[in-house]
Amino acid sequence: MITKKDVEHIALLSRLDLTEEEKDKLVNQLGQILEHAGKIASLDTSKVEPTSHAVETKNVLRKDVKGPSLSQEEALSNAPEIEEGSFVVPKIV
Amino acid sequence: MKLNQLTIKELHKKLKAKEISPFEVATDVLSHVDGVEEDIHAYVSLNNNLLDDSKNVTEIDNPLAGIPIAVKDNMCTKGVLTTCSSEILYNHLPVYDATVVNKLKRQNYVMVGKTNLDEFAMGSSTENSAFKITRNPWNLETVPGGSSGGSAAAVAADMCIAALGSDTGGSIRQPASLCGVVGMKPTYGLVSRYGLVAFASSLDQIGPITKDVTDCAISLQAIAGHDNKDSTSLGVNTPDYRQALSAEVKGLKIGLIEELMVEGIQKEVKELTDHGLNLLEKMGASVGPVSLPHLEYALSAYYIIAPAEASSNLARFDSVRYGLREEAEDMVDTYKKTRAKGFGDEVKRRIMLGTYALSAGYYDAYYGQAQKVRTLIIDDFKKAFEKYDVLVSPTSPTTAFKIGEKATDPLQMYLSDICTIPVNLAGLPAISIPCGVDDKGLPVGFQIIGKHLDESTVIKAAYALEQEIGFKEKPKLLKRD
Repeated sequence: MITKKDVEHIALLSRLDLTEEEKDKLVNQLGQILEHAGKIASLDTSKVEPTSHAVETKNVLRKDVKGPSLSQEEALSNAPEIEEGSFVVPKIV
Repeated sequence: MKLNQLTIKELHKKLKAKEISPFEVATDVLSHVDGVEEDIHAYVSLNNNLLDDSKNVTEIDNPLAGIPIAVKDNMCTKGVLTTCSSEILYNHLPVYDATVVNKLKRQNYVMVGKTNLDEFAMGSSTENSAFKITRNPWNLETVPGGSSGGSAAAVAADMCIAALGSDTGGSIRQPASLCGVVGMKPTYGLVSRYGLVAFASSLDQIGPITKDVTDCAISLQAIAGHDNKDSTSLGVNTPDYRQALSAEVKGLKIGLIEELMVEGIQKEVKELTDHGLNLLEKMGASVGPVSLPHLEYALSAYYIIAPAEASSNLARFDSVRYGLREEAEDMVDTYKKTRAKGFGDEVKRRIMLGTYALSAGYYDAYYGQAQKVRTLIIDDFKKAFEKYDVLVSPTSPTTAFKIGEKATDPLQMYLSDICTIPVNLAGLPAISIPCGVDDKGLPVGFQIIGKHLDESTVIKAAYALEQEIGFKEKPKLLKRD
């Protein structure tokens, strides 16, 4: 069972500001979805390896050499606020 | 007949013979879009330079040269608005092209516009777009499916010649099914995901939505292949998929997935799936039932894994480098306010669900267990493919449903992907082709699933069935012109 307190905790982890109405709705909806998803708990998987990718993947590394990349202007072009070639953010501490 | 009603193959032949020009094709597409977009709402944005772009195509030296194609609005197009149908990216102008877009550009395609989707590709009806609800051309009161609903509706309504979609749990095949067109999700890793805004990275794959199987093969050929910008791109040589367009299925072993033919499937969908299978058998294929016992857990596993990956991927929307920003006192409040305003309900729901499944104390029970179930599902497919060359099922348990019908019940909405989701979990290629219409005149899709990287056999079986079915129905809307 998922509680309103759980929802508030997850919302903080998710960096989402939720209204009271949204929280109440999510208590219900997440509860329902997790109840359905909880079906998988009944399977005995003690001898099963987990799959993170359907296709076997390994780290792909390129040579550490300089290649073409975005210009500073391009990299900043979508930012909400910039100053002297940097992203501007509100104070952190 | 207007040129926008033709296929890629038909147009290429005429373009090559100089019977028509790319400008004439683009003109017919544009005038039709102008006429029906107010009914369909397939596009988030249209390419205002479509006609000029078409004039610049002077050489018809590629199958897609001068062909007007639509691109789902979650693929980056340099300097062209790319929103993912989300408020949070309302003003996003990418500084690079997705690899698939690059590949189309190299063939001198012309882009019609960016198509509507469920926000960040999360949904099965395109009702979750922040900007507009796309309508199904077969019945404007019904949904086109999703999340690539704009692409599927645009192809079905002749508002482009072909389109690109993306498929995480069925987002190409289910809308193709509901709109009566062909849609293919290739093997995971066959088509580069570079420049596709990530939803669930271990499941996402780009593929074509087209008017027929021939165009599907042509389009897949254009976008498949290794890309060193995508670390999950497979380093394989792609075969000539057009050679699979032979209609030769004699001796092909086809398995009908029993678990996908039972509860909740609409009567006509079941009948038309059986009918399609009978046609394949008549053409010389050997058919039989096959059981994949763990498929009943696929939806549950998917709704843990996909939201978990999404919650991580969507953490990048932090109002620093791109997109919406809601001003607040400090950084954490800025994140919270921006994301609260920028994301819609379904996206928030999935971020919350995924964060929960990954959070301390719940990781093993949910995410860890779901990854193990994924292994069991992959093993089920492997076993089935020891006996069969391809597997078949309905694409969607029902035909197009009414707008609003499932919008308030997330779980009901999720169930519409029950036949397509297992394929993403296993990373396999699969196609949906139209196989008839139900008693309301709405199209039904037939799904063919292939072995890992065996797109050719999937295309071969689909082409054979397409020829035999001879599906000629068109949405009523189109009969106006």
